[in-house]
Amino acid sequence: MAQIFHRSTNFIARFSVYSALFLVGVALIAVLAVARSPYMTRQNISREQPLQFSHKHHVGDDGIDCRYCHTGVETSAVAGIPPTKTCMNCHAVLFNNAAYLEPIRESYRSDKSIQWVKVHRLADFVYFNHSIHVNKGVGCSSCHGQVNQMPLVFQANTLLMQWCLDCHRNPEQVLRPKDQIFNMDWRAPDNQEEVGAKLREEYQLRTTAELTSCSTCHR
Amino acid sequence: MDGMREREQHEHIVGRHDHNHPAGDGKLQDGPMDLAAVRAKLESKTGKQYWRTLEELAGDPQFEELLHREFPRQAPSDWDNSVDRRDFLKLMAASLALAGLSGCGRTPEQYLVPYVKQPDGLTLGRPQFYATAMPFGADAIGLLVESHEGRPTKIEGNPDHPSSLGATNVFAQASVLNLYDPDRAQTVTKFGEIQTWSLFVESAQALAAGMKGDGGARFRILSGIVTSPTLAGQIQSLLTTFPKAKWHQWEPAVGDGTREGAKLAFGSYLNTVYRPEKADVILALDSDFLGSGPGHIPYAKKFSRRRKLNGPDDTMNRLYAVEPTPSVTGATADHRWPLRASEVELFARALAAKLGLGGSVTLAAGAEKWLDTVAKDLQKHKGVSLVVAGEQQPAEVHALAHAINAALGNVGTTLYYTEPVEAHPVNHLESLAELCADIEAGKVETLLILGGNPVYTAPHDFDFAAKIAFDKTKQKKVKTTIHVSSHFDETSELCDWHVAESHYLETWGDARAFDGTVGVIQPLIAPLYHTHSLRAALAAFSDQPGVSDYDVVRANSEAMGQRLSPMSSPEPGSFERFWRKSLHDGVVAGSAFAPLKATLKFSPASLPTPKPAPANEMEFIFRPDPCVYDGRFANNGWLQELPKPVTKLTWDNAAMISPKTAENLKVAHNVAWRGGEHGKVYSNVIDIALSNSKVTAAAWIVPGQADDTVVLPLGYGRKRAGYTGTNKGFNAYAVRTSGALWAAFAPSSAIRKTGQEYPLACTQYHFNMEGRQILATGTLEEYLKNPNFANEHAELPPQELSLYNGEAEFPYHRDKWAMAIDLNKCNGCNACVVACQSENNIPVVGKEQVMRGREMHWIRIDRYYQKSVKSPTNDPSSYDESLFNPPTFFQPVPCQQCENAPCEQVCPVGATVHSAEGLNDMVYNRCVGTRYCSNNCPYKVRRFNFLRFQDWETPQLKLLRNPEVTVRSRGVMEKCTYCVQRINDARIESEKLNAPIHDGAIVTACEQACPTEAIVFGNANDQDSRVAKLKAQQRNYALLGELNTRPRTTYLAAVRNPNPELESA
Repeated sequence: MAQIFHRSTNFIARFSVYSALFLVGVALIAVLAVARSPYMTRQNISREQPLQFSHKHHVGDDGIDCRYCHTGVETSAVAGIPPTKTCMNCHAVLFNNAAYLEPIRESYRSDKSIQWVKVHRLADFVYFNHSIHVNKGVGCSSCHGQVNQMPLVFQANTLLMQWCLDCHRNPEQVLRPKDQIFNMDWRAPDNQEEVGAKLREEYQLRTTAELTSCSTCHR
Repeated sequence: MDGMREREQHEHIVGRHDHNHPAGDGKLQDGPMDLAAVRAKLESKTGKQYWRTLEELAGDPQFEELLHREFPRQAPSDWDNSVDRRDFLKLMAASLALAGLSGCGRTPEQYLVPYVKQPDGLTLGRPQFYATAMPFGADAIGLLVESHEGRPTKIEGNPDHPSSLGATNVFAQASVLNLYDPDRAQTVTKFGEIQTWSLFVESAQALAAGMKGDGGARFRILSGIVTSPTLAGQIQSLLTTFPKAKWHQWEPAVGDGTREGAKLAFGSYLNTVYRPEKADVILALDSDFLGSGPGHIPYAKKFSRRRKLNGPDDTMNRLYAVEPTPSVTGATADHRWPLRASEVELFARALAAKLGLGGSVTLAAGAEKWLDTVAKDLQKHKGVSLVVAGEQQPAEVHALAHAINAALGNVGTTLYYTEPVEAHPVNHLESLAELCADIEAGKVETLLILGGNPVYTAPHDFDFAAKIAFDKTKQKKVKTTIHVSSHFDETSELCDWHVAESHYLETWGDARAFDGTVGVIQPLIAPLYHTHSLRAALAAFSDQPGVSDYDVVRANSEAMGQRLSPMSSPEPGSFERFWRKSLHDGVVAGSAFAPLKATLKFSPASLPTPKPAPANEMEFIFRPDPCVYDGRFANNGWLQELPKPVTKLTWDNAAMISPKTAENLKVAHNVAWRGGEHGKVYSNVIDIALSNSKVTAAAWIVPGQADDTVVLPLGYGRKRAGYTGTNKGFNAYAVRTSGALWAAFAPSSAIRKTGQEYPLACTQYHFNMEGRQILATGTLEEYLKNPNFANEHAELPPQELSLYNGEAEFPYHRDKWAMAIDLNKCNGCNACVVACQSENNIPVVGKEQVMRGREMHWIRIDRYYQKSVKSPTNDPSSYDESLFNPPTFFQPVPCQQCENAPCEQVCPVGATVHSAEGLNDMVYNRCVGTRYCSNNCPYKVRRFNFLRFQDWETPQLKLLRNPEVTVRSRGVMEKCTYCVQRINDARIESEKLNAPIHDGAIVTACEQACPTEAIVFGNANDQDSRVAKLKAQQRNYALLGELNTRPRTTYLAAVRNPNPELESA
């Protein structure tokens, strides 16, 4: 019996099978890449706020300590967004006529909160605690980046689970002396591995197995 | 209650039954359950046996087959209102389209909303705790309430408050849900139309002005029991303004016997405070003093401390209980004798006679021997014994108990008397009767009802509804009626004005505890709606209508402080310190009543000859429900779904009868099968014609109940309770009359089988454990002989057998969390179950789902009956013992946190994994819902979200949730985590200081709520921890230890202390 298909169809068949597989692979990579891209994680994207508060100005230029506003960072799970009252501590006398600051004064007068756009968003099933990180030698800039150079705050890291685990598996890479925690310009020294290991011992960090148990962050 | 209502009730039950009984549904057996088979089984078994349900005891093969299936297999429909195919396709198409669209985008922006002025002392993200108190009958439970940024989320006991001592009960735990109940009344209404508060105050002032002329002769106030000094003071001052006005009280579920008994014995109303910690022998005369009534939490705590067994040198107290129906106290007792409620008085008289106090009564032969032994034991322990009479027993029993306690020299040691806790003790039945008579006589023009729901709860012969409602000629007897209550209920709809009452977490107030201690009620949150307190409603009638609750309470506290520690010239600021300390501690220091010297003016001989109980008649007794109480908690989903301590019924009440009575009446219940569900039990529906009224109820057979006694639990059958509580169960108030408030008699012909059946949801039909030895019990004698008895039933495999890499993988070098549950102490009160529900955001699933075995409680309390140890003889009474009066045990079962966890091995997605501290972590966001873990769990402690049980829409309920725990969605498995949020919190706090977590720093929700200290959590690696010490005891055993799961939760065997004289019988 004569062949129904020409020999060249072998190539077409093979080509379609392989390219289908290839396309599936590409699609998979694309999906994963999109999920990890700044488009989804919103890494490095500045957000417009109801009032364009500049961390660069307040921290970098004025040298205000993080804890002046984020009061809970050493004691609580959340660092805390300051109440309008904290703004008014200074701005009742400084620039108290600036039109730019009207939303603050309006909030204070009307007792209505300012609604800031949330920049750092963890998934709802993650229970992050600021205080333990700060108390165990993880500095602000390790996660938040150099906020003192951000006119508008953006998310400096992906906040993906992989990023968390990088550190929980190997915390030595970021540990710093306690007096450097709130230093935005801290740079890891060349012998960070060595210093980190020493600090890990000093801070009595838990074992990697304990730091990576699911219930450490999920509950 | 009129005939119309009865018919409604009847039709309602029948109607629902039909709805739940579609074609194709079936039952295990065609006929009623075969009690003869049960008997035969009992006869053939010897040695220690435990059973949970009558069907299990009968060993029906179909029933056993049923229990093998854990989850419903091929359940025909998951929804009651099932959708047809066409609608289903439409819905699916629409939702797919929507899901496709919404799945593409990024999640929307979220906003941070800080305070404008942050309150002092608040750290964002850290909960705060405030002391307050929950008034409940003639008691108030001191609480510490957890608040997250101003939202009360969790109730804990206040260790400094005598009514709590750190523990709570189900009502206190569940009361936070009442606060956020979306069905609460939200504003003032008049004839159902929304009005403003100021309009109400104006009207009240106008009414008050009108009443001035005749001194308030036509003004009446009706309240429940008032223990609040401030509220009582306000009422009294109003009565001074209107000297001819009257204050009536009606508390439906608290008997007058306690009050009148004291009056009979001592000539005046007195309060009795027990000290069970000092008693070696206790006799409860139909008293549930460990499970309900004033002071039951500290009583249970102190009682259980006397049942602590650390070693063979320890002694135990002994509890005897005489009661008609099994209660928490009766189930805990070393000896329990089922006796009809009306015969308890005879028993008390006979006991008094035995102790030489006069009178002569003869009892039935069986009871006589029991009585002899009890009397002897009491006499042997003069001064260290205690007789407690029950709240529902008549005055005579209470007077007899007082006389017996006096004769035994117990007064001053195991109990003492104080002035009444109630601000104005009266006979409630007489008080309500007087009010009704006055209304009937046209003497009442204005009626102010402060709380309560008298239309629903008043004896039906009073026909309270007709007293306040418009009659056929559009006339009504009381010109103005005002009802203040939290819900717009049966009473509210007949009243002119309704004032929405604030929750106790929203108002200032105060209340006395069972020993007289005053606790200040401190609000945790501003009223959610336009609600007002009883105080404010009362003040509207006074000269100071706008006075704030805070000012009144504070002023009253100042006066009290002056009385408690009089100072001629108080230094400035001393009251402020006193007030702040009282608020902080939750108790006003030194306010407990001092013991009074009470002279007995009563002799049992002086009692008139007892009225013989009608022969051959059934006894019908009324009891508050252990979950919804007198009906006030009917709309609380947590309590509705809570399995009742002994019967394990949920969502319904049932007319409870003994197995023998059931046989006589040919009443039965049959387990339903439908797609493998369990927990649905079809019960015969009976009509009960009683006191010229009728009610239709489902019957339920309760082993251990006195024969010829029918228990009708109050609190159900509400017509206007709200979404959750309306039309659940039957209304026992419908057949309750003033002449027979607690017990009524009728020939057995009063009970008529309707021929219909009604599905009841009973959780004791779930998760049966294949008859393996899972409960270890023994007597003190056995324990002393062989302290290791609990571990001898099974061969334990060698510890090194493990699927893990053993020590190398999980060395547990720092903390090793573990729990020990002392079955000797647990009395099955359920406080842990509700505490867990509240702490861990556990949803309510509804009756339909419970009947499919899908309730979500992370900790369940199994109830076991023990088969009589006696060898069977031909004497029928010997094998009846197990049904007549089986020893009852409770076993709380949370996740056992196995070291060799079967669940972890089978999860295909790593959603349940071992933590470095030995917890079986559950990662909700990874779970895809295969349910393999649950199938592989030998303890059946995993719970699956078959549907989206959690309410995600109702805004009020969002406020309720614990922000530290994930709110689970559909398709996710969940289970007990040892309150990992609390572990993490304590760990973080201690690590900041580089200090070890000290024993007791982590208290799980169940442990914290437990009144008997039966649950202990801690670090098993710390040899000095409480949990390590308990686990070192020989009584300690692992549940199904032979499986080598190595559970971290272990149990301490229950040890009872029976009287050898009764044992040898």
